[in-house]
Order: sequence, then structure tokens, then C-alpha cells
Amino acid sequence: MSHSSMPDRRPGRRLFLSATLAAVAGAGLARKAGAASPLTLYSGQHAQTVALVTGLFTKETGIPVRVHSGDGPEIANQIVAEGARSPADVFFTENSPDLVLLAEKGLLAPVDPATLAKIPPRFSAADGLWVGVLARENVLAYNPSLIQESALPASLLDFAEPQWKGKIAIAPTDSDFLPLVAAVAALKGEAATLTWLKGLKRDAALYQDDEGVVAAVNRGAVATGVINSYYWARLGVEVGPEKMESRLYHFPPGDVGGLVNISGAAVLKSSRHPEEAQRFLALLVSPPAQEMLAKSEVDFEYPLAEGVAANPVLKPFSELRPPQISVASLGDNRLAAKLLREAGLI
Amino acid sequence: MPEAPAPLAGVRLPGAALRRRWPPPLLLAAAVAGPLIVVLPVGEILLEVARIGPAEAVRLLWRPLVAELLVNTIGLVIAATLSAALVGTAAAWLVERTDLPGRRFFAVAAAVPLAVPPFISSYAWLSISPALEGFLGALVVVTSSYFPLVYLPVAASLRGMDPALEETARSLGQGASGSFLRVVLPQLRPALLGGMLLVALNVLVEFGAFALLRFRTFTTELYAEYRTGFNGPAEALLALILLLLCLICLFAELRIRGLARYARIGAGVRRPVTLLSLGRARLPVFALFVLLVLAALGLPLGMILYWLTRHGSAAVTPVAVSLEGLVEATFSSVWLGFAGAALTVVLALPLGLLATRYPGRLVTLLERSAYLGQGVPGIVIALAFITITIRTVQPLYQTAATLIVAYAILFLPLALVSVRAALMQAERRLEEIGRSLGLGWFNVTRRIVLPLAGPGLGAAAALVFVSIVTELTATLLLAPIGTNTLAMQIWADTSTLAFAAAAPYAAMMVLLSLFSTWLLARRFGATRLFQQ
Repeated sequence: MSHSSMPDRRPGRRLFLSATLAAVAGAGLARKAGAASPLTLYSGQHAQTVALVTGLFTKETGIPVRVHSGDGPEIANQIVAEGARSPADVFFTENSPDLVLLAEKGLLAPVDPATLAKIPPRFSAADGLWVGVLARENVLAYNPSLIQESALPASLLDFAEPQWKGKIAIAPTDSDFLPLVAAVAALKGEAATLTWLKGLKRDAALYQDDEGVVAAVNRGAVATGVINSYYWARLGVEVGPEKMESRLYHFPPGDVGGLVNISGAAVLKSSRHPEEAQRFLALLVSPPAQEMLAKSEVDFEYPLAEGVAANPVLKPFSELRPPQISVASLGDNRLAAKLLREAGLI
Repeated sequence: MPEAPAPLAGVRLPGAALRRRWPPPLLLAAAVAGPLIVVLPVGEILLEVARIGPAEAVRLLWRPLVAELLVNTIGLVIAATLSAALVGTAAAWLVERTDLPGRRFFAVAAAVPLAVPPFISSYAWLSISPALEGFLGALVVVTSSYFPLVYLPVAASLRGMDPALEETARSLGQGASGSFLRVVLPQLRPALLGGMLLVALNVLVEFGAFALLRFRTFTTELYAEYRTGFNGPAEALLALILLLLCLICLFAELRIRGLARYARIGAGVRRPVTLLSLGRARLPVFALFVLLVLAALGLPLGMILYWLTRHGSAAVTPVAVSLEGLVEATFSSVWLGFAGAALTVVLALPLGLLATRYPGRLVTLLERSAYLGQGVPGIVIALAFITITIRTVQPLYQTAATLIVAYAILFLPLALVSVRAALMQAERRLEEIGRSLGLGWFNVTRRIVLPLAGPGLGAAAALVFVSIVTELTATLLLAPIGTNTLAMQIWADTSTLAFAAAAPYAAMMVLLSLFSTWLLARRFGATRLFQQ
């Protein structure tokens, strides 16, 4: 390199200087943002759902909400690692095992009884450490051009049979799959669950998340896929009902495949804003918030507050026949994660 | 390579007497900072692995999953490296040696895909047809994103080559292919191998594209482990394997880069090249080149535009994109980019000063350890930093500072190359005059060296800025609560297949990246810029 090849050296310096200046200015601006004391929400729920409820909360209370999002198990384990120093005030997640884990670790504060009273008790923690907010049904999406409804199995466990090789899609790292494994383990024991998972490892096409599974079934890349009905309904909104090439199959009454996942929320014991945090939980189960979510065409979950109707695209909640597993016996996800690792699915 | 002006033989310049063998302690201390933070995550991983007992380690390593990941990762690395080498070399040869129509345009167009991060290209490919998932899709995306890493050094090498040898070969009866294989290719070897290793390294550390394309490699698996709950030992071991694979590539690349330097010495006086006529192949070759540019550049840009126009129609995401959200994400990306670029250049500067002014064994070691950052994948840095900040330096946990330091580790090598070249170029004699007039090293640096090296430092900062704005993995894991960058939003939308929602963010990111790159290219020349 020689000097002559550098026609003008001033702009470069200006660029560098302005970069530095802007960085300093940026840092200053970022510090300024702590004016009103915000509520910190750790979320394992869908960003769209969270955006709706935090918007409503801030509108009603004037309290801003800082959101930290991720997958439920990831965020739960993060709170465990942070321990008493966690910046989180509220944890709102898609599946009960994440909350059970935090309750076991003694990190949760009791939920206000008035909040708990809004929800039928079987959907919340027996000791009142977290409250159920929404629910989703586990289903099978299938593509009728690839498989007849009559050929679909009577149980989720059948997919470990060799004849399903290449015909089933799952998302083993999606936070919705872990509770399903936990449910199988609770009903059938650890050894049988591992055998089942090893069968799935051989048979199934693996996807990153339920969105990927339902899209694959819909376009005919795979005949069936295990998902929550939520994702099928959402795909319908995204691509339009005329482009839905897939249908839902509800597992027979009592089968583990028909598991109902409970999405819930809790206040952290270490929260520095416990009062505001309890207000946030109260809002989550309040009829206005639950109705807003049910009607939003964003969140296809069953509202758990009594008297709030679910989105009509979903099978009525009263007609669901999930397996007999309480949120307590479903437990946390640790055994499920261990079994998934042993089977080579994670 | 820039060469310092040699002192006149036999004349002892006044500055030479003042030049110390040992660098000033303050400068040395400042220079240690960069390598030190680079070694930090590597040390953390090693510590974590050391805690695992041998039996447990064997059990964790002997899983079928590890074998599957090795096959996937190494298979893709080899395939992508070969295909990028083929495409990159062919493109360079066509641009530099033939009468291909539109050569000047193609010379630039073949470099620009580097400004579009692979997770944006994979978004584009995937939104055309989700059937592109898996190995084939990953190969297509990676090749179209990274072939410029081969194209640029090979094109530069072709340009620097003495055409006399090729002409001699041809006059001795070799055809175009014969002279290419027997004469040109051997001379291209350092540039080609160096470029190929860079491709390999980039494929090893790539995360976003593979996650979207459903192709399991070590990076996507590390992320899967992370999202299903921390599992210290298993994660650390996978990270270590990935790190080792990266370091093998990095060291091979550093060796070859060293060789390339020697190979260029004494290039002699060059004559202009006589361009080979493509004859009847001219049009088909032109069409192929157009296709390549379309695939690597037209497709990502086109798909973003397509999804932008789809917004507001039926196929939108359930949540509308707000202008406010877009502005906020842009602001976050830009300020993190500026802060990260500033820190990286500040860390690179003392290292560059040492390397160019006080060369020695210790300085070489420091410089090499800074280059190590290139071989540490973003996901490994992020996971290590989460552990370190949670356990040891809690006040830094989930702060922008941690993320900015992670950026500095990732992009210190990039900055160092530019900073070093800029400092090399600063006229040494002016410094010596400054010294002889009584200025200390600090004032010489501040008043003479830095102003001289200014443009080069600006280029370094801008390059780091672009890299940070398009960085996904470390940002995703380390961003402070409430911060949402362009990359994070694109990731959130594309990984849930909300393509239309991702479009405005993707458009903004590509605009920022292309604009900065264009600005740089205009000032410093496209090929030289990318070569760094």
C-alpha cells in the first residue's frame, strides 16, 4: 500500500471520530432509559402474546415492562442460575414444568389468593406458588393427501413403531415437547419412555419448533406431525384458510397424546417490585385480558378464567379428554431433558 | 503487503538511536488487554471441561449424537469449502483473465454477497421453498454467501501474477485449461487455500442459517442444549470439540497466510494481461455469472422486497410491525455497533502499535492470541460469558458491556488487520523527527501516528460496525433485558416462519450493511477492503 492510493484521508478520520462520538452518545442515551421503575418480565411465552398483555398492563397502570424472552426451559434454568440475584419480577411461561422447577428451587413467592381464585384450582399449583393462565391441546396434524384419517394411530406411543419411519415429524427441542415426554414418563415409566424416544429418533423428521412441524405437514413434506393445536390455528391465519392442506387429529380420550399444556405465571421471591408483579398476574387472569387474548387471532390458547369463551377455531375446551395427569405429577422437565439426551434427540 | 520505508543503507537516522528494544510499559499493558479477553472464554470452557471426570467425559463423547454432529459438520465443511473454491476461483478467473462482458460490474458484484449475512440468505431461500432444508439447502446458502472469501484473494492473486508465464505456457502449446492447471493454479495455491480455510472456519461457526435450515451442527446443538436448560458438562464438551475444529482451521490459515506473504515478494514488473477470448462460450458463461449474482445477491434482496410488499395483505404475521419497533431495533443495532467498533479499535490499536513498532517474540505471541478470537465461535463465547458473569462478575451480568466485550473478542482480528496495515503505512520518518524534537512515545503516537493512520483506523471501525450489525449468535444470548436489535427481531420472526414480519428488519439490516460497505469500498477500493 502506498500513500497515493489513499486519495483523501480526512473522510476516514471523520468516519472514525463520528463513530466514537455516536458510541458515547448511544451509551449515554441507554443509561437515561431507567426513568420510571419498570417491571422485569422473564417470558417463555410467545412474543406476540406477551406484547398484547404488557401493552394492556402499561396502559392500565402506567408501569413500563422490560421483557426478556426465550424458550421456557431456557429462561427457567436461567432464573435458577441467577438465584436470589435474578433481575426478574415475573415469570410467564408456556408450560407448567418450568414453573414447577422454580417452585422446587424455592424461588417463587405465593400468588395473591384473589388471583388464584379466578382460575379453577386444578390448573394452578396446589401450594399457590404459581397460577395457570392459558392452556393448549396437544394434537396430531396430518396431511390428508398423504394419509387417511382412519390410518392414524390410537396412541402417540405408536409412532415408535417402524412402520412410521419417515411419516412423523416432531420438534424435540421445542419447549412444548418436553412436557409430552414428562407425561409419557409419568404414565409409563422411565425405561418405556426411553424405548419410545429411541423409536422416534429412528422414525421422525426433526424440526426446530412446532411452527416448522406444522408448516412441513401442511406443504406435504411429511404425513403427520406432533404439535399443539395453537400452531395449526396460527398457520391458518398466516397463510389463509384456503391454503390449509392439513387437518387436526385429536388423540382418543385419555391417550397421553392429548395432553393439555398449562401456561402459567409466577412472582419471583427475589422481586424488588412484588406489588406491581402481583398486579401483573392479576391482569393476566382478568376477564378483559383473557377475552382480549381469546379474540386476538394471535394467541390460540384456551383462556382458563371461568366464563371466557375460547377462539371458535379450537375444539371446545369442555370436549377435550386429556390423560389423567396433574400438573404436580407432570413435574419439572429435568427427567424429560435427560431422556431426550439419552435418546440422541437433543 | 505494506512495507515500511527502509532507512538508507549506512546512514544512521536520528530516530534509530531512540528506538527501544522494549516497548513502553504502559503500551504493553494496554496491548495485553485484547488478548486477555480473547483467552477468557477459552479458559472458561477448559475449566468447565476439566471438572468432568474421565468416565463421564467418555460417556458424553461416546454418544451417537456426537458422531452424527461430526459427520454433519465435517461433511458440510468439506462440501462447502470445495464448492466455494470452485465457484470463487472460476469467478475470479473469468473476471481477471477473460473477455467476459460486464467484467467490471461482476468484479464488484462477486464481492458484495459478503455484506449479506447467511441467516438472511437462508431466510430468503427458505421462504421460497421450505424444501431447501437440510444438507443441500445449507450447502447452497453457505456457498452463495461465502464464495467471495475465495474469489477475493484469488482475484487479487491473479491480478498480481506475472502474465508472462501463462503466455509462455500457451506459446508452448498449452491450451487455456492446460496453462491454467499447470501454471496459474500452482501460483494461486496460497490464496486459494487461505480462502478455502476461511470458508471452512465460517461454516464451522455459522449458527443462524443452519438453525433455520434444520441442519444439525455443533453450533445448533449447543443452542438446543442451551434452550432446553443449561447442561454444563455436555455443553462444555461439545463447545470444546467445535473449538478444536475451528483452531485447526485457524492455524492452517495463519500458516498459509504467512506463506502467501513470502510468495508475493519479488513479483517483478508486470505487463498488462492479454484477455482470453471466450468465443462461443461467452454468452453461456455470462448467463451463468448472472445466475450466480442472482442467487447470491438478487435472491436475498428480492425476497426481502417481496415480503415487504406482502405486508398489509392477507399473509401477514399475526402482530403488525410497528414503526416504533423498527426504529428502536435499528437504534439498538447501531449503537451497539458503534460502541463495539470503538472498543475493538481501541483494543487493536496498542497491539498494532506494538506489532509494527516493537516487533519481538512476546509481541508476536500477543498478536497471535488476539487472532485466536477468529476461531472462537460466537455461541461458545456467549455461553462462556453467561457462566462467567452469573458466577463471578454478577454486576456485569446481562449488561450491554458484556455483549460489547464479546463483540470485541469476535472482531478484534478483523480490526487488527486493518489497524496494523494503517500503522505500517504511517511514515516512520515523521515519527522519528517527532522523537528527535523531544516528544515522548505517547505524544508521537497521539500527534503524528494516529492522524496519519486515521483513515485506516476508520476503515477498521467501519468493518467491525458492519460485522456487529449483522451478528446474530452472541447478540441473541447476551443482549441485555429489553434490548431488541435488528438481528434478534429477524431471528424471532424467521424462526417462527413469520417471513413478512421479518422483512422490514431484514431490509433495514441489509441497507445498513450495504451502505457501510459501499462507503468503505468507495474510499478504500472494493477488493482491498474485502481482502482484509
